[in-house]
Amino acid sequence: MTDMLTPKKRRPGLGMVFQLFWRASRVQRKRAILTVASIAWGTLSLVLLMAFGEGLGIALGEGWVGMGVNIAVIWPGETTKPWNGLPAGRAIRPRIDDMRLLRERVPDLMGVSGEIQRWRTNFTYGEKTVNGPIKGVSTVWGLMRNQIPLAGGRFLNPLDDAQRRRVVFLGYALAEELFGEEEGVGETILIDNVPYTVIGVMIDKMQMGAYSGMDEDHAVIPIRTCYAQFGEDKVSTIIIKPLEPENMKQTLAEVAKVLGAKYGFDPTDERVLGTWDTVESGRIRDNFMFGIKLFLGIIGALTLTVGGIGVANIMYAVVKERTREIGVKMALGAKANWITGPLVLEGLTYTLLGGVFGLLMAMVVIVLIALAPTDGSAAMRYLGKPTLSVPIALSTAGILGIIGMLAGYFPARRAASIDPAETLRYE
Amino acid sequence: MSDTSKALANGNIIRMEGIRKVYDTGKIQVEALRGIDLEVDTGEFVAVIGPSGSGKSTLMNLIGCLDTPTDGHYELSGQSVAKMKKDELATVRNRRVGFVFQNFNLLPQISSFENVEMPLLFGGVSRRKRHQRVEELMERVGLGDRMDHKPTELSGGQMQRVAVARALAMDPDIVLADEPTGNLDSSSGGDIMELFAELWEQGRTMVVITHDAALARRANRQVEIHDGLITTDTRS
Repeated sequence: MTDMLTPKKRRPGLGMVFQLFWRASRVQRKRAILTVASIAWGTLSLVLLMAFGEGLGIALGEGWVGMGVNIAVIWPGETTKPWNGLPAGRAIRPRIDDMRLLRERVPDLMGVSGEIQRWRTNFTYGEKTVNGPIKGVSTVWGLMRNQIPLAGGRFLNPLDDAQRRRVVFLGYALAEELFGEEEGVGETILIDNVPYTVIGVMIDKMQMGAYSGMDEDHAVIPIRTCYAQFGEDKVSTIIIKPLEPENMKQTLAEVAKVLGAKYGFDPTDERVLGTWDTVESGRIRDNFMFGIKLFLGIIGALTLTVGGIGVANIMYAVVKERTREIGVKMALGAKANWITGPLVLEGLTYTLLGGVFGLLMAMVVIVLIALAPTDGSAAMRYLGKPTLSVPIALSTAGILGIIGMLAGYFPARRAASIDPAETLRYE
Repeated sequence: MSDTSKALANGNIIRMEGIRKVYDTGKIQVEALRGIDLEVDTGEFVAVIGPSGSGKSTLMNLIGCLDTPTDGHYELSGQSVAKMKKDELATVRNRRVGFVFQNFNLLPQISSFENVEMPLLFGGVSRRKRHQRVEELMERVGLGDRMDHKPTELSGGQMQRVAVARALAMDPDIVLADEPTGNLDSSSGGDIMELFAELWEQGRTMVVITHDAALARRANRQVEIHDGLITTDTRS
């Protein structure tokens, strides 16, 4: 008989824990459901908050790309330091030809373009006249400033500039105003009564950040054509893009040096060339987004922690309720781990089950929001795209796991400290 | 050689020397046992009697390895258990001791079958052997037809018989009972006494703590405790 009762070769471990848990979980269904619901709710909050943060980050990123990536916008201004006998307060106004100088002298430049901006220009198509801004730029500007033409059209090319062609590239909002439903490409419009051929219309894009109105509203013509028609060769802004974004600071210093040598100003005089460095502000934006995501994540995690406290609470109640049962099991030879293991597993199971339900609910909500029309509202464009990602899934799983472990561990520790002799004696 | 026969070679199943147990409640110290020497041989049926507060229950907890003594030496089946760790004690309880309690201490949510199965589960016995063993034991206590009943669906006497089956599950060296008839009417109590007597006659070592004079008379040895000390020890 004793021989029959010899244990199997493998020592009982995890299998034992699962078996005991399975036996215990048959009771307390209602309580388990409530606990799972609280965790599901917490997970839903956590995942949705993080997904909104992620979506906002993506939308901001897209909007950022809209204006152009890793470019700097330079506004010529006035000197504030005397230089080589010249007084402070002189206006510095680079001209179209200086762009070639910069291209030749500044190393590692992907592109440089002057920009001559005129604010109130009349655009006429047939009977209709619309008022808007126009920019004279060179070909590379289109690349730097992310001007992508709709199918069937194109952006300016070097020949347009060299031959001073009267061709125009339109922002989509301006094109819509002029042509309505009609296709604009190939049509002739009047710009301040001079005829131009429309060669392209820009695609609809998200743009965050602008220095001279939104791209959707403007018209773009070759810079030399602009000079020929309006007689202005002083550029209002210069757009540069270094080959490597890390070199932005050196490149900007080089630009100041080259222009300083020509126009006689101190290259360290920061007020001469007002600069918007999007590499730098992109970094700030990234930090800012990280902060927002962290904030949302912490709020979500706290919500989930409340659910975890619920689990711990129920597990404490379970331990209290099962004190005698635990005592009996100890008397019958259960080791400490066989008492704590199923309890930890129980807490973990409630947590993970709730986590799965919460995640499923979050996915449904996210899909429903994605289906809702944005109706061109800017707020919906930025907030209406909650997105799930691998880091969100991993951090949610991690937080759930930790909460589940803790919620089971502490009550289980109390269970293990139960004195069997004490619990068995009295009714 | 089986564990039981090893103990036989040593002569005693229980050997206690100078056992003291002091409960420290912080402000006051209570000396529940003040130096117990006790030897129980294989196959003995010992009744431990004494008024309440005499230290009977403390002695039972120590014999059953539910607790460790403050002082003294205790060998169970030749194995010194006084200084064992919690998990080692759990193994000893599982293998060597079968408990029968006054209030049965069956788990109410599970069937009597599963109650009896529990020590076998903790002992790491395979599923097939567990089932075989439980069926055998339930037949032995005359409840072969009640295996799927939960304890709440059984009478007091039946519950105590399930508890006896559970105590026997791992074929322990001793059956240790604390007032096994205390919660039963005289007829059910009589049945349990009968069962105990049968077990003893089959060669099992029994230690019973009781107020019940009838049950104490069934034993072949009466040990009386007063105030933490053994006062009389008679064999009949």
